[in-house]
Amino acid sequence: MKPAPFQYVAARTIEQALQLKAEHGDEARFLAGGQSLVPTMNFRLTQPAMLIDINPLHELAGLGNGPAVRLRIGALTRYRSLERDPATARHLPLIAEALPLIAHPQIRNRGTIGGNLAHADPASEMPAIVLTLGGRLRARSAKGERWIDAADFFVGALTTALEPDEMLMEVELPKAPPRSGACFMEMSRRRGDFAIIGVACIVRLDEAGRCAEARIGLCNAGDGPVFAARASASLTGRTVGSVEIGEAAKLVQSDIDPGGSIHASKEFQRHIAGVLTTRALARANERARGAA
Amino acid sequence: MNVATRNFGAPIRRNEDPRLLSGQALFVDDVELPGMLYAAFLRSNVAHARIRSIDVAAARARDGVAAVYTAADLGDYWAPGPLLVPPPPIEGITFNQRTQVPLAKDKVRHVGEPLAVVLAQSRYLAEDALNDIAVELDPLPAVVDLEKALTGEARVHDDVRGNVAARVRQCRGDYAAARSRAKHVIARRFHYDHGASSPIETRGIVASWDARANQLTIWDTTQAPVFLRNGLAGMLGLSERQVRVIAPFVGGGFGPKIMLFYPEEVVIPWAAKRHNCPIKWIEDRLEHFFATTQERGQTHDAEIALDADGRILGVKDVFLHDTGAYNPYGLTVPINSQCTLLGPYVIPSYDSTFTAIFTTKPIVTPYRGAGRQHGVFVIERLLDIAAHELKIDRVEIRRSNLIPPDAFPYNNEIIYQDFAPLTYDSGNYEPILDKALAMIGYRTFLAGEQQKLRAQGRHVGVGVACYVEGTGIGPYEGAKVQVQANGRVSVATGIGTQGQGHFTSFAQIVADQLGVEVPDVDIVTGDTDQFYWGAGTFASRGAVVAGNAVNEAAKAVRQKILKLAAEHFECAEEDLEIANGEVSVTGVPGQAIKLGALALKANPMRGAVKPGAEPGLESTQYFGPPSGATASGVHAMIVEVDPQTFALDVLKYVVVHDCGTVINPLILAGQIHGGVAQGVGNAFYERLVFDDDGQLLNASLADYLLPTALEVPHMDIAHTVTVSPLNPLGIKGAGEAGAIPVGPLFAQAIEDALGLLDRDVELNEIPLSPGRLFELTAKLR
Amino acid sequence: MSTQMHAITVTVNGKQYSRQVEGRLLLSDFLRHDLLLAGTHVGCEHGVCGACTVIFDGAPVRSCLMFAAQTDGHRIETVEGLAADRDHLHPLQQAMRDCHGLQCGYCTPGILMTMKVFLEDNPNPDEAQIREALSGNLCRCTGYQHIVEAVQLAAERMRK
Repeated sequence: MKPAPFQYVAARTIEQALQLKAEHGDEARFLAGGQSLVPTMNFRLTQPAMLIDINPLHELAGLGNGPAVRLRIGALTRYRSLERDPATARHLPLIAEALPLIAHPQIRNRGTIGGNLAHADPASEMPAIVLTLGGRLRARSAKGERWIDAADFFVGALTTALEPDEMLMEVELPKAPPRSGACFMEMSRRRGDFAIIGVACIVRLDEAGRCAEARIGLCNAGDGPVFAARASASLTGRTVGSVEIGEAAKLVQSDIDPGGSIHASKEFQRHIAGVLTTRALARANERARGAA
Repeated sequence: MNVATRNFGAPIRRNEDPRLLSGQALFVDDVELPGMLYAAFLRSNVAHARIRSIDVAAARARDGVAAVYTAADLGDYWAPGPLLVPPPPIEGITFNQRTQVPLAKDKVRHVGEPLAVVLAQSRYLAEDALNDIAVELDPLPAVVDLEKALTGEARVHDDVRGNVAARVRQCRGDYAAARSRAKHVIARRFHYDHGASSPIETRGIVASWDARANQLTIWDTTQAPVFLRNGLAGMLGLSERQVRVIAPFVGGGFGPKIMLFYPEEVVIPWAAKRHNCPIKWIEDRLEHFFATTQERGQTHDAEIALDADGRILGVKDVFLHDTGAYNPYGLTVPINSQCTLLGPYVIPSYDSTFTAIFTTKPIVTPYRGAGRQHGVFVIERLLDIAAHELKIDRVEIRRSNLIPPDAFPYNNEIIYQDFAPLTYDSGNYEPILDKALAMIGYRTFLAGEQQKLRAQGRHVGVGVACYVEGTGIGPYEGAKVQVQANGRVSVATGIGTQGQGHFTSFAQIVADQLGVEVPDVDIVTGDTDQFYWGAGTFASRGAVVAGNAVNEAAKAVRQKILKLAAEHFECAEEDLEIANGEVSVTGVPGQAIKLGALALKANPMRGAVKPGAEPGLESTQYFGPPSGATASGVHAMIVEVDPQTFALDVLKYVVVHDCGTVINPLILAGQIHGGVAQGVGNAFYERLVFDDDGQLLNASLADYLLPTALEVPHMDIAHTVTVSPLNPLGIKGAGEAGAIPVGPLFAQAIEDALGLLDRDVELNEIPLSPGRLFELTAKLR
Repeated sequence: MSTQMHAITVTVNGKQYSRQVEGRLLLSDFLRHDLLLAGTHVGCEHGVCGACTVIFDGAPVRSCLMFAAQTDGHRIETVEGLAADRDHLHPLQQAMRDCHGLQCGYCTPGILMTMKVFLEDNPNPDEAQIREALSGNLCRCTGYQHIVEAVQLAAERMRK
């Protein structure tokens, strides 16, 4: 289990990294935390000709304010930094709740949010959360840069809208608004394993206590992260109680297409999606009421 | 003059720990030698195929590659491995011996079977060269399912019809008669699948040929260094003294490292001799899932006949055992299943037949428990179901069938893995059961607590499971105890060590005999130049067999010390005492001599010695028990189950265990904890998933789920002591006990938590998982 | 492909090493076989078992998931740096010994490096926190219970 040979380049500047990527395209991979990439290289399932190590590019790391009520997280920001930044718990409760469930401390010490999003594993927590939050992602190439909505960014399993010459620079996410509650829940075989199913829920209430907006997303429920549009919309304008939650959970179950695995059949995944949606929505709703 | 037991029985810190804790203990992969080459093996990526051709020319031409070999290159050296454990003398058995080969020649019989070996300047380069080898295979149908294997066209070995590796029937009493007078007969089918031992250190070997000394030195992760030396010497045409095998610190074994001769163990020493340079092969984790032996599944069709009160009249069991592509370890695993099923119970009649089946899957050899789990699962489940049907308490049906304390030695009349009749040496089972029940709070839990929790919407259940474990089997082990001139005592034994604490438990035995401190005793295990003879570390036998040999040798040295000191002080031996590293004359201050000084005196440089005198303060002694000692125990557990997700939370876990005399309770607790952790993995997390093509679908630690600190519960442990009459120290083995009854315990406790038996759902298989529980309870939704 | 080498200077246990390394050389192999610091063990090479855990710039990481070339200018601590010698163990090492927190000892270096930083961040942890912090290190021998007790004991001693 030793990686195949490749050319290693420690990037000195973003421009140099992008230039190399432009030259080598899909033959080159950016090396961020490496916590997903390097295992596949050790199994020789991935054999890039070049690794462009972006870890020296410190300007890519960090959590800061974006425009209006939005936060920007640099692609090279490690999970560990997010865990330790009080802004995460204050403004991104969904992420704060999911972080301890992501792998193990040593992986979170090294793993980066950008690497995770660009890897786009459908079973991973962060793509589903970014999609649920309606975030957007900034991609840059030697030619220029663009913003991509999360809904357009995740194309399929391990596939994103990034072009071969593009690097993911940062992700922009809305801060949790007033009168809102969020909840992330997942079931996995062991703590830290990829989820059998994970559910991210946000409920925002209007001044009358009705649901102004609900957003429900799932991981490991399809080809990519899943936004449960019908279930989310079903709650708008209603006072959320067990009946409404039950209906939304049913919609989630009928709208997802989980792949099944040796750890859980499709049927079991669908069942768990219903159970966890019910529980997470109820919790998010409670939290929204507490915040109102 | 009595021997003090200051150390024996005390929770003493381990001698080996400072080295291990500071990163200075030598493991096989730590051996670095100048000019070393590194090996990588090309392995079959299909389960079953004829080999048409292997072209290694491109690999040989790659920069940094020293050699590439296939079976053809091995010439006369190529031969199937030996049968390690011949079948026991049981009348009428069928046994077809087919053992593994060093490199596949005509056919591959499981994924991962080695086809070629590359030697290169680094492991990285060796793996690069594997990609250069072109292999043409003609695929054959895989043999995966046991029942299909019996009737199917596909044969793992062309000349073995029905893929029958073995068929063994063992009977006691007249089961048919028992059944005809039974009030209740309960028959069920059970599946029990055990998994991969997965030590954190994989296997590995370094071989170094010294042409000037005509000496081959091998560092190997084996649990059986002496057998490895003897076998390799034979294969390579060397005498045993020309081969030194060192099993240094070994990072866990749990059974599969007792297996030999693995193909790599055959090929690497041969290549080292041929190239006259050291060669290292370290198994990687991916290889480990195929190249190291494992345990797997059995399917039992079992029935139990009972009288109206729930007394067992007899048990009948017919089972299939998956032995994998080859059967070098004979019948040990299925015989253990067959024998251990009988448990601590009086089972007057027993009719058990098993068929071991060749499949195109990795080889099955013992892994901690070694088939005992499978048998225990069957009897414990039969009793649970019987209790439910007869409306008897689960514990009471067990209690009423226990072998009474006055019935020992208790002969079960069938043959055990050590070729001797399965006779329990000693035991007292009811106090173990009572202690476990008290610790888990069985009565109060069932009398109200459970209902109270249920009213709160919590689904909590209790389980209780019993077992016996045959331990400490022969043939023998030996030990050499030697007082050094610096006053330290060195001890060498032939067994290897993989974390069992031998450096400490053996030191405790010696320290008491020779009046020294435990840290002053240096133990060497697993170096064939330090101790020549031995069998190995397996079957929970290290402490029993080697421990008693150490004790005998220490006693002999003690006699030499007393004799020599009596001459020195011109007094009677009775007037001497040995303590604090010296011998002194009782009651005479100043009359004392250090053990080191006495050792020097025992090796005079000049002058005459008495005829028959041996130099030094040393002795080598051997111990072989007449048969195995039987340990026993009860595990109990309270578990909460989420009725929607089937996630488990073990709220309380109790082990009460009787392994005779305890040498070191700290080490013993560690053995139990580790066993239970592996049992928990087996019961609920670990499963080797093969598809119909014989491909393993979860060959990584991301998908083969070893329990972490969050899955293994806190355990409360207690002991009872029924000494073994079969060895002077009264010890029984403890290495496997923790792992054995966890499966039936989980099944029973989960059933209880969810009230499944009342709703006609039985959990008659292991491993379980949330997804599997969802399927098994489908009819309830 | 001709092998391109990279010059690195890395500080391991306070000592500076300058070496030429191939880009693909895993940090775990570099420490073990190039620097002969073989106390860091390799168990899976895919980031699950935790045996190879070392402290990289103050944070425990899997050394099998990093390349040696990435360590240029960085600081690494391994098990060899925990104590001056065998007779003067770090409190965590001492507690592991006192509580019988190791059997075969193969996973132990990774556990020590993980828990050292954990205890620095959490001087007074409860059992649940310890088990969570430990969950990225697989141990096949101990069932973890004695390790948990050892971490508790070490925390207690280190607070004094």
